[in-house]
Amino acid sequence: MRGTNALLGAAGLAAFLALGEAVPRLGLVKDEYFPPTSRIADALATELADEAFWTALGDTLTGWAIGLTIAVTAGILAGVLISVTPYLREATASTIEFLRPIPSVALIPLAVLLFGTELRSVLLLVVYASFWQVLVQVMYGVRDVDPVAEETARSYGLGTWARVRHVLWPTALPYVMTGVRLAAAVALILAVTAELVIGAPGLGARIAVAQTSQAVPEMYALVVVTGLLGLLINVGARTVERRALAWHQSVRGEVAV
Amino acid sequence: MRGVLLRGFFVVALPVLLVAGWWVASDDSTDVYWPPLRTILTAFPDVWTGDRWRDDVLPSVLRLSAGYACAAVAGVALGTVIGSYRRVRAVCEPVLEFLRAVPPPVLVPVIMLFAGIGDTMKIAVIASGCVWPILLNTVEGVRAVDSVMSETARSYGITGVARLRHVVLRSASPQIFAGLRQALSIGIILMVISEMFAASNGLGFTIVQFQRGFAIPDMWTGILLLGLLGFVLSVVFRLVERRVLGWYHGSRDVSRRSS
Repeated sequence: MRGTNALLGAAGLAAFLALGEAVPRLGLVKDEYFPPTSRIADALATELADEAFWTALGDTLTGWAIGLTIAVTAGILAGVLISVTPYLREATASTIEFLRPIPSVALIPLAVLLFGTELRSVLLLVVYASFWQVLVQVMYGVRDVDPVAEETARSYGLGTWARVRHVLWPTALPYVMTGVRLAAAVALILAVTAELVIGAPGLGARIAVAQTSQAVPEMYALVVVTGLLGLLINVGARTVERRALAWHQSVRGEVAV
Repeated sequence: MRGVLLRGFFVVALPVLLVAGWWVASDDSTDVYWPPLRTILTAFPDVWTGDRWRDDVLPSVLRLSAGYACAAVAGVALGTVIGSYRRVRAVCEPVLEFLRAVPPPVLVPVIMLFAGIGDTMKIAVIASGCVWPILLNTVEGVRAVDSVMSETARSYGITGVARLRHVVLRSASPQIFAGLRQALSIGIILMVISEMFAASNGLGFTIVQFQRGFAIPDMWTGILLLGLLGFVLSVVFRLVERRVLGWYHGSRDVSRRSS
């Protein structure tokens, strides 16, 4: 069953690539707009041999990793703090609801003014965008704590910290993991966007350069790289999630966000 | 009565505190980049009235709606087809996973090649970024249709369009809405970015113009306006969702209370 699915999937992928090769070759679209798959693959090979490409990849990953780490840490700390402090959740609810939908790209002009094309510009956008994903999930998770378990812990005389550690955290962890997975994807989007629009060094900036210099196959090759990167991040986040929740996976339902 | 007052107090307290804090902290600011909030707020009505509203805000919102609508229609339609047939799903899955993983903003330069820099490009960019969360969530939702329900429908002879409307789409709708919500924030991001890239009007374009012209208070008003726009759209979305999914939230509350 699994084997057939993988086979069908591979066939789908092959058909997709073949279509990408055939459509421009048959002249259905101009190949200067949409180069055949083989030409993109060539450009990709050239990119992979280029040292500048690896530097750009490294820059993008650095921005992504630092931004994500800050956002996740801050999101978890703030989320737990807000949820366990009486009244704080009610007091912050309206502010969070207001700040969350503000599109992070609105901060692009500000980031340019403050930090120019430095890494800090990228970080500002990445952290702002992915912080909310984590925070909101943590708050959902904490709300899910079983009142009986909480009361039991209380009557056994567990202190605040012990209750956070043994009751709250295990309950919230699946939600936290969902938040981290979403944040990881969002962080990549924002890192690449910041590079693309602001010009901070990285894959995004390289795409912008390829576009302005009419290097179409290279541009497609770089877009493919960002897609693969996104895919890797998704798969990686899922694996981490499954590992961390090995004890929990069976009982939890996926939260739809 | 007291409860309502208390809740009202909690809703406004922190925002008021924050705005007041910003106001006081920035009041005698001479930093060019952080102008006093007073200056920003006085600039706001001057900047965003009359012509600019018609020339920049309206086109942006129209492009966003057009792209979003295209994505919603295409995403739900394709998602229903892919979700309904196991084999189609198996064939498409890896390709879809890849396409979804591409960060949507990198599509801007690609689509610019095909569609130039006009409205078509922007609508296409918005649609092509928004479509993935809707599509994938629809696939998941359609796949998870309760088998008892679909068997029952079959034994009552409900088929074709009626089945699609009353059984499949209805039970997939909570998932579809989750996708639509994700797509909304992606849509706003893409609207702004496509305008920052190449445009002669629109919110993104104007804000970047302000920043390049060092009209800093004006730039701040633009940031505030984008924030407000995001907020308003999410409120509207929530209202629509509550209406459409009213039956779902109701039944979930009931089952939660009884459990």
